[in-house]
Order: sequence, then structure tokens, then C-alpha cells
Amino acid sequence: MSTLLKMQNITKTFPGVKALDSVNLEVNAGEIHAVVGENGAGKSTLMKVLSGVYPHGEYEGEILFEGSEARFSGIADSEKQGIIIIHQELALVPLLSIAENLFLGNEVSSRGVINWPETFRKTETLLRKVGLREAPTTLVDKLGVGKQQLVEIAKALAKEVKLLILDEPTAALSESDSQALLDLLLELKSQGITSILISHKLNEVERVADRITVIRDGTTVSTLQAARAEINEERIIRDMVGRDMAHRYPERVRNIGDVLFEVKDWNVYHPDHAERQVIRKANFHVRKGEIVGIAGLMGAGRTELAMSLFGRSYGQNISGEARLHGKPIDTSTVSSAIASGLAYVTEDRKALGLVLDETIQKNISLANLEGISRAGVLNEAHEQTVAEGYRKAMNIRTPGVYQKVVNLSGGNQQKVVLSKWLFTEPQVLILDEPTRGIDVGAKFEIYGIMNQLADEGRGVLMISSEMPELLGMCDRIYVMNEGALVGELAAKDASQERIMSFIVRS
Amino acid sequence: MSTDLAEKTPAGASVGSYLKSHLRDYGMLLALIAIMAFFQVITDGTLLKPVNITNLFLQNSYIIIMALGMLLVIVAGHIDLSVGSVVGFVGALAAVMMVEWHWSVYATIPACLLVGIAIGAAQGYWVAFWRIPSFIVTLAGMLVFRGASLWLLEGQSVGPFPREFQALSTGFIPDLLPFVKSIFGVERMNGLAVFAGAAIAALLVWLGMRTRTRNQAYGIEGEPFSFFVMRNVLVSGAIIFVSYKLSTFRGLPNVLITMGILTVIYAFLTESTVLGRRIYALGGNQKAAKLSGIKTERLIFLTFINMGMLAALAGLIFAARLNTATPKAGVSFELDVIAAVFIGGASMSGGVGKIVGAVVGAFIMGVMNNGMSIMGIGIDYQQMIKGLVLLAAVIFDVYNKNKSA
Repeated sequence: MSTLLKMQNITKTFPGVKALDSVNLEVNAGEIHAVVGENGAGKSTLMKVLSGVYPHGEYEGEILFEGSEARFSGIADSEKQGIIIIHQELALVPLLSIAENLFLGNEVSSRGVINWPETFRKTETLLRKVGLREAPTTLVDKLGVGKQQLVEIAKALAKEVKLLILDEPTAALSESDSQALLDLLLELKSQGITSILISHKLNEVERVADRITVIRDGTTVSTLQAARAEINEERIIRDMVGRDMAHRYPERVRNIGDVLFEVKDWNVYHPDHAERQVIRKANFHVRKGEIVGIAGLMGAGRTELAMSLFGRSYGQNISGEARLHGKPIDTSTVSSAIASGLAYVTEDRKALGLVLDETIQKNISLANLEGISRAGVLNEAHEQTVAEGYRKAMNIRTPGVYQKVVNLSGGNQQKVVLSKWLFTEPQVLILDEPTRGIDVGAKFEIYGIMNQLADEGRGVLMISSEMPELLGMCDRIYVMNEGALVGELAAKDASQERIMSFIVRS
Repeated sequence: MSTDLAEKTPAGASVGSYLKSHLRDYGMLLALIAIMAFFQVITDGTLLKPVNITNLFLQNSYIIIMALGMLLVIVAGHIDLSVGSVVGFVGALAAVMMVEWHWSVYATIPACLLVGIAIGAAQGYWVAFWRIPSFIVTLAGMLVFRGASLWLLEGQSVGPFPREFQALSTGFIPDLLPFVKSIFGVERMNGLAVFAGAAIAALLVWLGMRTRTRNQAYGIEGEPFSFFVMRNVLVSGAIIFVSYKLSTFRGLPNVLITMGILTVIYAFLTESTVLGRRIYALGGNQKAAKLSGIKTERLIFLTFINMGMLAALAGLIFAARLNTATPKAGVSFELDVIAAVFIGGASMSGGVGKIVGAVVGAFIMGVMNNGMSIMGIGIDYQQMIKGLVLLAAVIFDVYNKNKSA
């Protein structure tokens, strides 16, 4: 079997973060090669290097494709060579038809005039290839995510693909759609198409991959081969996680008190589709000094639950009761939820958590401007003292609080968001994916801050898709699936397998 | 007003590197000075003659007043295209009230301001609570109120107005300090104007020093001291110079006082109040602002109400200046106002912009209009030059932003 792609000693640095540190990846022609690793391990960055999103010169190391060195200047360049990447966020134009999308930028035309009959004929061939039974004129808008994924693959096939890269292709798909997609991958393989599959779902990887490269903290850990029976979940997880669990999470003396925050019979309906229930009768509580986790797959409804609690920022027809210290509290608007003692750190800090073009100081004070003003007039000197205090306490690495947050690394940005919410003096903090997109060192610091919050007698509710993180940090874990809390585990009883079994069985 | 420009930098920065890193903040002010110097020379000193300075204020007052409101709207991430039509409509309404219905001036003015508020509310309601793009809503408003002023005036010009109403624009503050001129021994000199100019300059310097010492006490690094002195000498010198020039003509125009007070109020509102801070946060990232407990819809609604009120005030002043209401009054004012705000450094995407910048932007447009008219340049060339200046200002801004990023 010949080598199709060889990436050697790829190093890519961002300001303050080394995302990739001499990574090696070798893909043979005609195989399905899986790349696995934790969130933030560097998989997507590696693929961006490969596809030319980070052009030659912005990284170190070399890429050999079909035996000769490739120096891609952009996506168009790598596509011309037959390397096609399908991103997590689909790149289809919703209001154009399937046929128009398939040949976008690659139109079947002569002298600028599109040959529609030929376009439709080719579209039908391609759709048959990927097993999608839809008319070429159907608008992409009308298709479900699973079918859109197939359109993406058909689009790749339209471009004479040699190496197909799929970035978390099944993340948003239902079980049966995922199976169909994996079958299609095997089918394409039999037609000689090489693919790289990036996935979190180890059972899928196990099923289709010939070889697996594990990446951790920006370095290649191992390459496992199916042929040598090296591919099993335990081995992959061990390589993915690497370090000893004990050293990944700071020590903490648990001092857990009475029930602090309690939610009863919480029901939420979809904001656009009033008949669709998103949260079903959720009941849970957080004690003083306790860190409680919510585990679940993407789309389980965890963020929706948190946001609906926080000032009804999600959903409609919300019913149920939230209590603090046993007394019902008003969470109907964000400001009343804040006043009641809640804080919500969003999973998407850039889009929802920060005003990126503003300074650290102005971001920290944003949720509690009353705290730095009198009669509506700001005291900027006091504001600066407050921000400076948090900068030191949180160890936000920046020369001063007048820096714009857009220039900070993910970890420092997250500390700014945490500072903002601590300044509102919350009793309960809901942290939604608090370490997403943050490098390992900063993660450790964020965990330390969380422990400190619990030590101060606050309640912490942590939503995370990284199970090891939940297991390492939480005193108790709720498992959520399809809008309902389907299980509860004490820290000592919890394991990835038990969490998964709750999800699978519900 | 002087503190807005006092940005903070690390200690030890030299004047040169300080200016370089704050080119965005000072650039337009320097541009204004350069433009004024250019026209002063090319018009043989006509530009800065007392009568022309007075005219400059009278001609641009309504643009500046509207720019204050437009800045808030643009910072909040929206736009208001209807202000020109609202100027026309409110002027027409005031004319009908006073000339045809014989209302007193003192009933007409508040009534018209209330109508402005109602117009702002009517448009802001759709923008804020229904999320209809402000471009569309106010484009509709632009057509509706232009039509409404035509309808109100039945296509005719209505006027003239009572003297008290005209005073809104063309009146001057009487010289309350007649003894000053005897001190200086100048025959034609308005003592109040000179005194007011000196007092304001002194106040600005005092406020600037107070902020500076307070900042230092808190360990906030300000601009270099030499820079601080230079800026204060320049600004207070300019104020005293202008007030002296005004004093040798007819003194302080009423509208200058209105404009000055409003500018101070809005500068304070945007920079030092919770309300102002929230508007910037809203424009910077509406979703993040909302999740920080800021009632973003209500805030957008308020900025449009405010814009409506200021547009109505501008309409009254404009009508008073012409001493007649015409169906064409205020045509394309919205473009001058919006251009002023963007020349002043506001960002199309919201969250960025300063009141002082918008005022400077309006003066740049105003001085160019005035200077080119004195030179006898035709309206055709004037429009082209103004368009290019707007483009250049925004390119300069974007260039600076990219360089610093």
C-alpha cells in the first residue's frame, strides 16, 4: 500500500499558544484513517494546515502529497490537488438548490453560461453515488442535517476527490443517519477514495478505521492499526487522555453544605416550534460548596436548560420552579436572575460572553455596572481598581486592564468572563463548557478557580462534553439525554461507561 | 469634554509614539485644524472673520445637534435615515401651529418636541421589539414624513414666524457684562462672550487636571505631561480665540449655547454614565450585553426616541433660521449627519464612536461647505469633494484599525 499523504513535524503556533508541536501524520492510499483526540488537542488545526486554511509559511514542517512536497496557498489550492475538507459547520448555501450547491465555484458551463441539463444529469449521478434520493432542484434549506452532510460529500465527489477529510461528520446526526454515513464511507473506500475521519465517537472510529492517529496536546501520541488488532476503546482512551487523572485536576477538600439551588419540574419548549418540548420535567439541585456536573451528548439540551433558567434566554412556555435557599426566586429576566444570585458563563464566550472590541476593564464591569456607579454615573477609577483586582486574583496574563479582550488567548478570555460574573456576587454559577478551546495549562487554572468558588460556599453547576473533566471535577453528575435528566451519579460511582450506559439506555 | 481625548498608555511613552498610537483619536481633530488652516489661507482670511465664524455655527448647528443623537443610534448598531424628513415635518408642523392655528411659541416648541419623541418611538418600536432592520424602518419613515410635510404645507411655504421663534436660531445672548469692553477699551465687543469663553477654557483645564491627578492617584497612566499641556493650550486657545471673534460681531448665538450644552450633556452621558456604557456594550455585542442583564430592546427603543427628539429640535432651529417652512426643508440632511458621525470615527458595525468625534466630523463637513462656498466652488464639485473626504476618513480609520490589530 502506497503512502498518499505524509505530514512531517508540523508545528503551528498562535500568539501565546503552541497548537501543534511537531505532529506527524501518514495516510495510505485507499484507507480510512481516523484522527482522534480530546477537544483542543489540535485535530482541527492540523486539518486546517493540511487544507491550506493556514497557508504554507504560517506553519513549520512539510507536507508530502502523492510523493511531492505540497505548499498550499489556500483552500482553492489544496482542492485543486484533490484534498477536500468537509467542516463541522456545513458550508452549503441554504437557499440554493442541491445542483447549484454541488457545482458552486465549479459550474458546468461554457463561456460563463451554465449548462443546466448537464448539471442536472451530473447531479443525479452524484446523488445516486451517495445514496441521496432527492431531486436536484430541491433547496438545501429543505433537507435535514444528515442529508445535507450527504450533499457535502457529493460536492466533494464532484471535484474529483483524492483525499476526503471529514471533521466530526456525525456530531449533529441521529444514530441511523450516522450509520448510513459510515456505510457510505466504507463504500467510497471500496471505490478507492482515501479519507481522514476526525471523530470523538470511538465506536464509530473502531467500526470503519483502518488506522488511527491519536493526538494529544498538539503532539502525535500513537498510530494504531486495525490489522494488528490494536484498535480498541481502552487503548485509544488511554492514549487520548495520557496523563494520570490525579494530576490533571487540582486537589480540593470537599465541604458540602445544605441544598442551595433547586430546580423543580422544569419544562421548556422550542422558541420557534411551540409544540417541540426541549426540556422535559427536569429536577435537580446543587448544594453549598458542591460542584455538580451535567453530562450528555451534543444536543442533549444542557445549554438550553441552563439558558432557560438564566432569564428565560432560551425557549418559550417555560414552566417549573427555581429555588434558592428553599425560597422561590425570580428568573424571568436576565437582570432578575442576576439579582437572585445566578450567573451563567456561556459556552460560546466570543459570541455570547464578551464584547470583544472592548477592554478587559469594561467587560468585567458589564454585568454589574451598579457596582461601579452612583446615581447612574460611573466611577471609572473605582472600576479600574475592581478590574485590576480580578486581573491579579484570576492571574489574567496581560500588561493591563486596558487591553482589548479580542487580543487575549482563550484561557485569559475565559478568566475575564469568570471575573465578570464573580463581580455580580453570584451564589450559583452555571458554567457551560468552561474549558472549551483552552489549552491544558489554562484549564488547570480554571479548575482551580472552580474549586475556590466551591470552597467559598457557592454552588457550581458545570456542563461539559468532556467526560474526564466531569469525572475529575464534580461531586455529583447528572446525565442528560434528549431533554431529560436520565441519571444521577455520585462522584465515587461515576465512570465514563456508566454515564454512557445511562445515555444509551434512556 | 477635554477628558475624552485623554486615553491611557503605559508610562514613559514619548509624545511622538503616544501620538502615533493614538492617531485614531486625534487624527480627525488634526484634520479639522488642517482644513481650517487651508481655507483660512486660500480665502484670504475670510473663513475666520467674526461674521463667518458666527455663520459657521448657525449653518451647522442643526447637523451637529442631530449628529449627537445619530452617534448613539450608530453606536447601538443601527441607523436612522428619516431625520431629514423629520426636520422637514416638524418645521412644517411648527409653521402650521404658529401661523395657521395661532399657537404661542411656548406651546409650539414643547408640542413639536413631543411629536419628535413620538416619531422616534414609532420607528424605534419596530426596530427594537420587532427586530425590523432600522435601515428599512427609517427608510419608510423618510418617505412617510417627507410626504407628511408636503401634505401639511399643501405644497406651499408657510411663514414668517414670530420674533421669539426666530430667536431660537438667529438670536444672540444680550451682553450681560457691558463693562468688559470698557476694560479692554474696545468699542464693538461683547463682554459676556469673552468672559464665557475664558471661563469655559479655564473650566476645561481645571477638569482635565482634576481627572489627571485623580487618575494618577489610582495609578492610571495618562498621556505624557507635555502632551497634556500642549493639548490644553491648543483647546483653550481655540475656545478663547473663537469667543473673542464672536464677541466682536454680535456675541454668542443662542444656538451655539444650545449646541454647546447638548454636546456636554451627551459627551457626559456616553462616557460617564451607566446608560452610555450599556449602549456601547449593546452595539459591541448585543447577545453578550443581553446575557449580562442589559435590557437591549428598551435601550434601542430609547436611542430612537432620543434621535426623534433631537431631529425635532433641529427641525425647529432650521425653520427658525429660514423663517419659513418649506416642503423641501431638511432634504438629504440625514446624509450629512450620518457622514459627520462616520468621519468622526464611529463604526458601521456599532459599539465604537465618540460624541466629540461626531461634532468634529460635523465641523469638518461644515467648514468644507463654508470654505468651498466662499471660494465660489460650484455645488457639483463640492458634492464630489465631500464624498471623497468621507471615503478618505473611513479608509484612514480602517487602515489605523488594521495596523493596530
